Amino acid sequence: MKIKTFGRHGKEGFKNLGRNGWMTFASISAVTVTLLLVGVCLALLLNLNAFGDQLESDVEISAFVDITAKQEQQDELKSKIENISEVESATFQSKEEGLDQLIDNLGDEGEVFESLREENPLSDAFLVKTKDPQDVNKVAEEIEQLENVQNVEFAEDTVNKLFKVLEIARNVGLALVIGLLFTAMFLISNTIKLTIVARSHEIEIMKLVGATNWFIRWPFLIEGVLIGILGALIPIGILIYGYYYLIDLIANRFPTFIIDLLPVTPFVYQLSGLLVVLGVIIGVWGSLTSMRKFLKV
Amino acid sequence: MIEMKDVWKTYNNGIKAINGIDIKIGKSEFVYIVGPSGAGKSTFMRMMYREEVPTSGTIIINGKDVGKMKNKHVPKLRREIGVVFQDFKLLPKLTVYENVAFALEVIEESKASTRKRVMEVLSLVNLKNKARFLPDELSGGEQQRVSIARAIVNNPSILLTDEPTGNLDPETAWGIMDLLDQINNRGTTVIMATHNKDIVNTFRKRVIAIDGGLVTRDEARGEYGYEN
Repeated sequence: MKIKTFGRHGKEGFKNLGRNGWMTFASISAVTVTLLLVGVCLALLLNLNAFGDQLESDVEISAFVDITAKQEQQDELKSKIENISEVESATFQSKEEGLDQLIDNLGDEGEVFESLREENPLSDAFLVKTKDPQDVNKVAEEIEQLENVQNVEFAEDTVNKLFKVLEIARNVGLALVIGLLFTAMFLISNTIKLTIVARSHEIEIMKLVGATNWFIRWPFLIEGVLIGILGALIPIGILIYGYYYLIDLIANRFPTFIIDLLPVTPFVYQLSGLLVVLGVIIGVWGSLTSMRKFLKV
Repeated sequence: MIEMKDVWKTYNNGIKAINGIDIKIGKSEFVYIVGPSGAGKSTFMRMMYREEVPTSGTIIINGKDVGKMKNKHVPKLRREIGVVFQDFKLLPKLTVYENVAFALEVIEESKASTRKRVMEVLSLVNLKNKARFLPDELSGGEQQRVSIARAIVNNPSILLTDEPTGNLDPETAWGIMDLLDQINNRGTTVIMATHNKDIVNTFRKRVIAIDGGLVTRDEARGEYGYEN
């Protein structure tokens, strides 16, 4: 395509936007609302994902050692655990350290346990990390079979439940995002249909005098892309500002907030890029569907 | 240059428009297509610029099989065929010049050669002095001349005109016939579907009569042959 021709298509695309002013406004608004919701959903989802990954990597197995086990037996057990192929590391935790941690974790209520210092009921333990969090169940069972292991504990239920919740949140979010994208696509498609109808006379003559199909299509495609890009601008502004604000708020007011949000850069800029791409995709998609039905070129 | 072999056309709704037409039209001929309304004239014309595809049979135009032609080759075919309608089909918001130039613009002609060609055809149709007018500011005959100018601006070898004088008074209609004759004399094949008895009987040319989707008459210097 010649540069001059491309310039013509661009100009026509812009003209199309003006031609159906209100409908254009409606579709840009629809894209704006959609992309804003999509952006918020994505920001949430990606943070949930990161949080989930972090949790997964935190899953530990506590293998408690028999009280009767001697030092050599403990060493033997450690090397056996480390020899399991899925195990990444096994760290020794004495019963004193175990009690300290318990008291720490419970905060004020933990003081009750201070009296136990004399007769510590806990056992020494190995804290085992697996290479892949999915293997936790399997590794725990294997360790349980080993000699001198009193019992094995890991936060099976809690972790599994949390994963389930995360997964549901992910799926619901995704379904919502896809539904919204479809809605915006249909609105764009309708706007472009209106343009096509408004210009049907012109299109008829173009076909008659031998304009190629792509020559006829380009302005409508550009119209769709412009609607997509214009619709992405406001959501991007709100998301960048909102995310900065949120990070700031958490850092200043709730420094002990348990979930670490993804850092602003590059996250919001990647998200913005993604929104523009999504805007363009629904724009192109919307114009292509309207053209297929209406243009028959 | 134009050849139809056993061409049939049945529309999806079951209407049989063309029922086996064989015809040959040579280069630089001037041909009238006559026949009652609903006889198949329009379908006959539309198949030539591939607005319709024949159900069976072959249509060869300038050596190409139009019926089997791929969609992407249709634009090229249409650049070899000019089409003029009874209702002119001008774009009301464009000037006379812009309406004619539009046909070259959309096939990506350069601006300089567009300007030259448009001025040439506007002087041929005698509208050079009205280049800046809008279609609404012109008479019916003038509007038809603009639409003829647009149809021939890229030098097509064939000019199809469907009732070009249908909306015009007799005197204006004669002006249009003069113009079509001039275009024909420059070597363009002119095919004209018409109901105008006076024109056919006075301005004698080859007449092809279509009735019931068949060629019922084909005479070198024929007459209209129907009572209006």
